[in-house]
Amino acid sequence: VAVPLTLTPVEEAMLAGEHGPAVALSMRIITELGRIRGAEELVDIESVHIDGCIFYGQAGLDFAQKLVALGGKVKVPTTVNVGSVDLIHPTLILQNNDREKWVYQGGRDLMQAYVDLGCRQTWTCAPYQMDSRPDVGANIAWAESNAIVFANSVLGARTDRYGDFVDIAAAITGKAPRGGLHLDSERHGDVILDCTSLSPETLALDVTYPVLGYLAGAIAGTTNPVLVGIPSDVSEDSLKAVGAAAASSGGVALFHVVGRTPEAPTLEAALGPNVDAPVQHITAQRLNAARQELSTAREDKLDAVSLGTPHASVDEIGEAYDAIIGGPALAEGVAFYISTGRSVFAEADRRGWVKPLEEWGVTFVLDTCTYVTSILRPGTRTVMTNSGKWAHYAPGNMGVDVVLATLGECVESATTGHVTWNRELFT
Amino acid sequence: MTTITGWRVTSGEAGGAVLKLDEPVSFWGGIGPEGDIIDVHHPQHGAIVTARILVMRSGRGSSSGTYVLAELLRLGIAPAGIILTEPDGIIATGALVAAELYDARMPIVTVSDEDYARIEDGVTISIAMDGDAALITLNP
Repeated sequence: VAVPLTLTPVEEAMLAGEHGPAVALSMRIITELGRIRGAEELVDIESVHIDGCIFYGQAGLDFAQKLVALGGKVKVPTTVNVGSVDLIHPTLILQNNDREKWVYQGGRDLMQAYVDLGCRQTWTCAPYQMDSRPDVGANIAWAESNAIVFANSVLGARTDRYGDFVDIAAAITGKAPRGGLHLDSERHGDVILDCTSLSPETLALDVTYPVLGYLAGAIAGTTNPVLVGIPSDVSEDSLKAVGAAAASSGGVALFHVVGRTPEAPTLEAALGPNVDAPVQHITAQRLNAARQELSTAREDKLDAVSLGTPHASVDEIGEAYDAIIGGPALAEGVAFYISTGRSVFAEADRRGWVKPLEEWGVTFVLDTCTYVTSILRPGTRTVMTNSGKWAHYAPGNMGVDVVLATLGECVESATTGHVTWNRELFT
Repeated sequence: MTTITGWRVTSGEAGGAVLKLDEPVSFWGGIGPEGDIIDVHHPQHGAIVTARILVMRSGRGSSSGTYVLAELLRLGIAPAGIILTEPDGIIATGALVAAELYDARMPIVTVSDEDYARIEDGVTISIAMDGDAALITLNP
């Protein structure tokens, strides 16, 4: 039997329209969702990350434009995920057919509507790489699966799995249902992934982490995995890769890394009451098999490399710079993309990395991503990436084959034009 | 005539023939612009959901399913109603938004596992609401 949702007098007034029609509409959605999920009250949130700005059809545009017409404005700091268009380099987006033209125009209009609602023009799936980040324990309402899992796991902030429409309703009201991962009781580990048998060399590789995340998602589903045996100095970029892949192969919204993430100083702390959580042993064999499963390519000829899903950090662009500059030229016929956010791109440019990379042949993609919109050249068949998320989604979204590889393998293959990777990399 | 009492997720009234799925379908990537199941891995790939009472155990898949359901409701090719065994925020949000935008009210109802087993594919049913209770009539 559901406990009724209780609202404060201010929340009642918002629902009744005393704060304007856009707040009332948004509040109807938040309170109905709270009732459906069995929340007893609403929680004040400190920030929102919007995922509803990718264009999938007229309904999404109608909703955003209706909120604009009703005078809607976000009440808390609100960032926006990637859209369907690179507003800085619009010609990167193909408009070769009616569908591509429709997505281009609809995508532009949708992005403008979210700007009109008062969102910061961040256009990145990695809002956690920006200047202000939520504190440990802060209640937030973030959408987009990689942003959600990073905020919960790496930052220790608290967000449930919010999605399109609810994200902007939360931003306009500053409220969300108190339920799911906002609650202590939902944040403990459910399954232990024991990585202690992996070699130090494997644990130092970049591509280990997206593969580990892919396995974690397949094992944990929508529960909370706890990783044991990961170096305590593992980078945020590696944790980003774990989360993004785990949220793609499964529905993971929170993971713990014992000795590294804020809610897991010890295994006991991460598990809380779940002392009998099952243990899965993550071996090199399992990692090699998972990587081979994700790598669908059967052709030797390489058409493109795509880095930066989720958006590349400053450090990752620096690593690409180190791997590329001073080495051989980009092979004829190979495209090389790095997707990133505006603020990271500006910092990379300030450090002098952008121009040499562009002269070598890198195409920087801002505001959007190569797996959600038409950027890859027609005829692209085989793409290498260091992203587990890209490898998971691009074959279905884009009709390409992929190889999930280290940065080093991606760069080497891009200079020879031939796909080269070590299938038994992990030890 | 048999009556089942469920729980109201979203409001509305509906009637139609049941399309009972062997496993849940994700609206995003699972239902196409013609109202058909396009997920090639789904056992009922190709089935049309339009105007049917879609019966499946739970929701599934990407949160962008909200968009797809709202778009199906805008185009008038959505299911007439949906029956689940557990509430699903993604499906509910799509219906709530379409109700706000297009006055398209699609009832979503949850029922117990026992009642779920009683609702067979192809049978005609009607759905009506009484407060938070949902009244499902088989072969009305």
